Order: sequence, then structure tokens, then C-alpha cells
Amino acid sequence: MTARVGVVTFPGSLDDKDAARAVSLAGAEPVPLWHADADLKGVDAVVLPGGFSYGDYLRCGAIARFAPLMSELVPAARSGALPVLGICNGFQILCESHLLPGALTRNSSLRFVNRDQVLRMENTSTAWTNAYDEGQEILVVLKSGEGGYVADEATLDRLEAEGRVIARYVGANPNGSRRDIAGVANEHGNVVGLMPHPEHAVEALTGPSTEGLGFFTSILSHLASGTPAQV
Amino acid sequence: MARVVVDVMLKPEILDPQGQAIAGACSRLGFEGIDQVRQGKRFEVEVEGEVDEAKLADVRRLAETLLANTVIEDFEVRPA
Repeated sequence: MTARVGVVTFPGSLDDKDAARAVSLAGAEPVPLWHADADLKGVDAVVLPGGFSYGDYLRCGAIARFAPLMSELVPAARSGALPVLGICNGFQILCESHLLPGALTRNSSLRFVNRDQVLRMENTSTAWTNAYDEGQEILVVLKSGEGGYVADEATLDRLEAEGRVIARYVGANPNGSRRDIAGVANEHGNVVGLMPHPEHAVEALTGPSTEGLGFFTSILSHLASGTPAQV
Repeated sequence: MARVVVDVMLKPEILDPQGQAIAGACSRLGFEGIDQVRQGKRFEVEVEGEVDEAKLADVRRLAETLLANTVIEDFEVRPA
């Protein structure tokens, strides 16, 4: 049976269509989910896409965290059962929901950064990164104004010690992220947040590479490996 | 109606590039002797009835739930 991967649309989401397209290209069935429905429609995994949910009012992701859909998503994700990938604004929502530690802050340059970006993959055993090799460098897209990953030193040390940094920026740090961190995972490896956009690097016609597709093929392998799909 | 003010500031250890940009503008504008600027947010919350300890406790809970991200921000609650 084809894996069903939900893609949530919040008011102000931008990249939900691209994320759904990446899910299709990877061979799964994308399932549109609406923020105001308290129903995950029985999907096997969820992508929280990029954009500016609720206009980024208050703080990026701060309002989206309390969307009706999140009341079903958060406990399922926290328990380790439901794989969730948060990209850009989705990463911010995961941090605001306390599903991932730390927070995303204004780029240290104070400028919106929009460019092709090389990442080095580190933890490649998570639900969303198992298609990559450890140390592999991939070219994706970075486009964010509040992409600076911060956490206190003890949290950063713990993330490193537990292998929960999934990707780092290669070359000049684009946004002031502590320790060049581009993405992190929770302790179960089912919840992953990434500031750059793998869903914009899945087709030669529109992306700088097709190396972002691995995030979406990873979840298929993960689901096929027989881990529990849903609570 | 009474008003409760919630001030939210980035924690001291969190870099504040906006504050730094403002501090840079201060010296360019000739305001001397300004070492540092930190930028924060002020919320004015209108509540029903009198501001008593229970109301302040409610607003404090609102602040830590929604108005501030306590991972990176501190807040202070006080009657206006």
C-alpha cells in the first residue's frame, strides 16, 4: 500500500504544494491537511511546510502551534509514533510546540537570505534522513529571514552528544545559527526540523539539484521498515 | 476595564541583531554614550474588573503560554 503523507496548510503557508509534489515524486501519496481540522485523516507521516503561517504574527510559528490540527499532531509526534518533518516555518512551529528544543531567531545579518545552500548530513538514521550517507554534502535552497538556530549551551551539547544534529551549513554560516546547525531531530528520530528547503531541490527543471528528494524517499523506507505508523 | 502590561525581552544570552542595528544607528545620529540597545515587546492586556492577584496569575499564564517563548525570552507582568 502506498504510504500516505499529510501536508498541512496553515493560513500563510507557501510551500505546501511544493512539499506535496516532492512527496509524490518520492512515490508516496500526498494528503492535504487543513490547519483548522482536528483530524490527521489517518496519514502515516506529516510535513509542516514553509511559509509565513498566520503572517508570522507574534513570533514565527507561535500561533500555528495552537491550530486545532496540532492538538492531534503534537501528542502523536511526541510519543515517537508519528513521523513529522518541519521545513523552515514548519521547523519554527516544531520548536514553538516544544517538539524540538531551541528556537529560530532573526538572521544575524538582519537580511532575508535566499540562495542555494550546501548542507552536510550528519545523523542519517532518522525517519527523514536515512536515504543519505553520513557526511554527504547536498545542495538545497535556503530562504528565510528568521533562520538562526539558538539554544542554550547545555542543550547544544546534549544535541551533539546524542547525535541529534541532522544537518549543518557548509561554508559561511548564512544566518548566525549556533554551531552551524541547519536541522535537528527529537530523541526518537521521528520528528525532524530543517531550516533550508529540500522540497525545492527535487527536480532538475526548478531546483539547484535533486538532492533534497532524499528526505521524502527516507520516510518511505522508514514506513516500509515496519515501524508503527500511527497511534 | 483594567490594563495589565506584559514586557517581553530576549534573554541576555540571546544575540539581538535588531538591537545592535539600532545601537549602530544611535552613534551615526550623534547620540553619544549609548553602549547597547536591546529590543523587546510590550503587550497591553485589557481585563474585566479589577486587577487582583488572580488576574495577574492568569496573565502570567498567558504570557508563558503564548506571549513569550520562554526558550529565548523573559517576561514581566505588572498592572498598568
